[in-house]
Amino acid sequence: MNYFIQQFINGLTLGSIYGLIAIGYTMVYGIIGMINFAHGDVFMVGAFVSLITVIVFGITGTSSIALGIGALILVAAISMVIAGVYGWTIERLAYRPLRGSFRLAPLITAIGVSIFLQNFVQATQGARVKPLNAIISGGFTILEGNDFVVRITYMQILIVILTVVLMSGFTYLISKTSLGRAQRACEQDMKMAMLLGIDVNTTISTTFVIGAALASVAGLMYLLYYGVIDFYIGFSAGIKAFTAAVLGGVGSLPGAMLGGMVIGLIEVFFAAYFSSEYKDVAAFSMLIVVLIFMPQGLLGRPEIEKV
Amino acid sequence: MSSTGHSSSSLPAMIKRSLIATVIAFLLFLPTLGIKTSASGGVDGLFLTYRWMLLGVGCGLIFVGRMAYELFWAPKDGEQKSIKAPSSLARALGSSKVAKTVGPVLLVFAIAFPFLPFSDRYILDLGILIITYVMLGWGLQIVVGLAGLLDLGYVAFYAVGAYSYALLSIHFGFGFWMCLPLAGLLAATWGIVLGFPVLRLRGDYLAIVTLAFGEIIRVVLLNWRSFTGGSNGLSDIPRPSFFGIPFNQSEHGFAATFGLEYSSMQRIVFLYFLILALAVFTFFVTARLRRLPIGRAWEALREDEIACRSLGVNTVNTKLSAFAIGAMFGGFAGSFFAAKQAFVSPESFNFMESATILAIVVLGGMSSQLGVVFSAIVMVGGVELLRQLQFLKSVFGNDFDPSQLRLLLFGLAMVLMMLWRPRGLVSTRMPTVFLKDKKTVSAAMISQGRG
Repeated sequence: MNYFIQQFINGLTLGSIYGLIAIGYTMVYGIIGMINFAHGDVFMVGAFVSLITVIVFGITGTSSIALGIGALILVAAISMVIAGVYGWTIERLAYRPLRGSFRLAPLITAIGVSIFLQNFVQATQGARVKPLNAIISGGFTILEGNDFVVRITYMQILIVILTVVLMSGFTYLISKTSLGRAQRACEQDMKMAMLLGIDVNTTISTTFVIGAALASVAGLMYLLYYGVIDFYIGFSAGIKAFTAAVLGGVGSLPGAMLGGMVIGLIEVFFAAYFSSEYKDVAAFSMLIVVLIFMPQGLLGRPEIEKV
Repeated sequence: MSSTGHSSSSLPAMIKRSLIATVIAFLLFLPTLGIKTSASGGVDGLFLTYRWMLLGVGCGLIFVGRMAYELFWAPKDGEQKSIKAPSSLARALGSSKVAKTVGPVLLVFAIAFPFLPFSDRYILDLGILIITYVMLGWGLQIVVGLAGLLDLGYVAFYAVGAYSYALLSIHFGFGFWMCLPLAGLLAATWGIVLGFPVLRLRGDYLAIVTLAFGEIIRVVLLNWRSFTGGSNGLSDIPRPSFFGIPFNQSEHGFAATFGLEYSSMQRIVFLYFLILALAVFTFFVTARLRRLPIGRAWEALREDEIACRSLGVNTVNTKLSAFAIGAMFGGFAGSFFAAKQAFVSPESFNFMESATILAIVVLGGMSSQLGVVFSAIVMVGGVELLRQLQFLKSVFGNDFDPSQLRLLLFGLAMVLMMLWRPRGLVSTRMPTVFLKDKKTVSAAMISQGRG
């Protein structure tokens, strides 16, 4: 039982990371109806930017926790800005010229951007894995059984809290601000939104920037949680996050978060109880099962097929 | 470059826009080009190298590139972006008359290719590679181009074919010609197995599920060590023989039997003709299938699934047959790949392969068979040309690894080519069925890939 609780905590942490990436997928798919294939690689770039910022500032695990958290927020801010610029540039150069073109074209450019980013980072940063010592270490024991001790680390608490904060801020942004209104309008009917004076291009660009910024925070979390990154982490994390977005219902923000949690839990439990080598198979099979039996996802609206 | 930003084409405005692009490039490049992390093996793990020179060069290139764009290519004041008619070349390739002459010319060239004076081992290997991709492209074209089912996991069938040949020949001693139909059959079975659950899915969802299938197969190949050899792969796969006559120096070898002098080139030439024959077979089967009711059902399905269903076309059989036949050709190509390499490992069947094959089909213009040939030559041949980048080592020093740049430029080329020609190189095509007279339809009129 204790083992189960421990895995549950680990799964929620991993799920938070997937959820943050999934928001980028779900927003972009909601507005322009394309799978932003390069999103997983923006997450990877965010992780690298975070790593470099951490080392540039010389943040180490020796400082106090409060100081560590403050420094990490600064790192997150910088990496959000740079990843946001990446998101903007990708949309501007690779997707916008193809808007209104036939549907496969942006998907192919997205795959091209993904290949480009992976190899760009590999060429500039080297192919070897990058280890990072823990910045926030320690934690406390919440349950002490006779066979297994359940521990929750400060890092895990930080990840979950940061995710909750970002999510609530983001939900506010979408539901209350004029930007959020513009986004929802574009999602419902882009042409009509344009006629009513909404700058559709800016709205879509902002969507990409926000998605990329959230993905870069996820990248920072991944870096801190696993302590090791390489240029290839974006691929599988991207597919799993997309699975999360679909599972939650494409276009639904709480759905993306919920989907992320479910995928994180499935992956962790499968690795813990069956086989860690096949944990990716479990996550991908989940995607297939969901799409076949529940194509609208957990919280999504059913799509009506029109002639 | 922004949609409203063309208001001024005066020089200061151009410089201003270029400077903005440079600032953005600076932000993009700062943590990648500018600062490098390296593992030192020390206590703290990582240290930084600052490369201000490289960063400066990168930003400078962006500035110059943007200025060049502003001066030469950007639309000028008041110039309207017009919808471009397909260029004469694309139109010519799309029309059946030209295709009827270009096709046979290409085939004759392909047959004569090994005997041309410049064809050495390297060129011939490249030829084999290109034809393999042409064949894979034609196979995937059935699924994506004709039936409009976006498949991102095509490499799975290629893998099934390769492992079928490898395992059957290693464990049962089957020859190549016996394995070939079996591999095709197994791949087709997998096509149906994978196709069946995804019948209800459309468009992007189908794409992501097929991608997941491709990854599942790769992960299984990687981890089922007792059966597939895991990441070490399977080696010592028997090479194909010329109808039972092996290519070696023995008395019963190919050279001795036909009274020729032994040369390792004979096997390469044989492999070349083998893949050429398989590709031509694929071409004719596909071309014939397009004229059969099943082919017309595929195209109808691509254009409008609901209309198709209401006209009484059995969409289940139509989709499954597209998956199965596409997969079968993938399996053939895979078994050729295993025979040629004499070694298979899961690394050969990653997502990059699927992306390359799909890019070849899309760049070829989705449903043009000739287009696939051209785009395969451009994509595979172009990437191969990039291997010649070794000279850059003398410019950037020995730490510089051009092979990484190869894939980087491949990704960039994929983006640029789609921007340049979103509908592929051969973007017009003849309708297979016509009422009174044949009209060439611009691909811009066809809604494709709606799955």
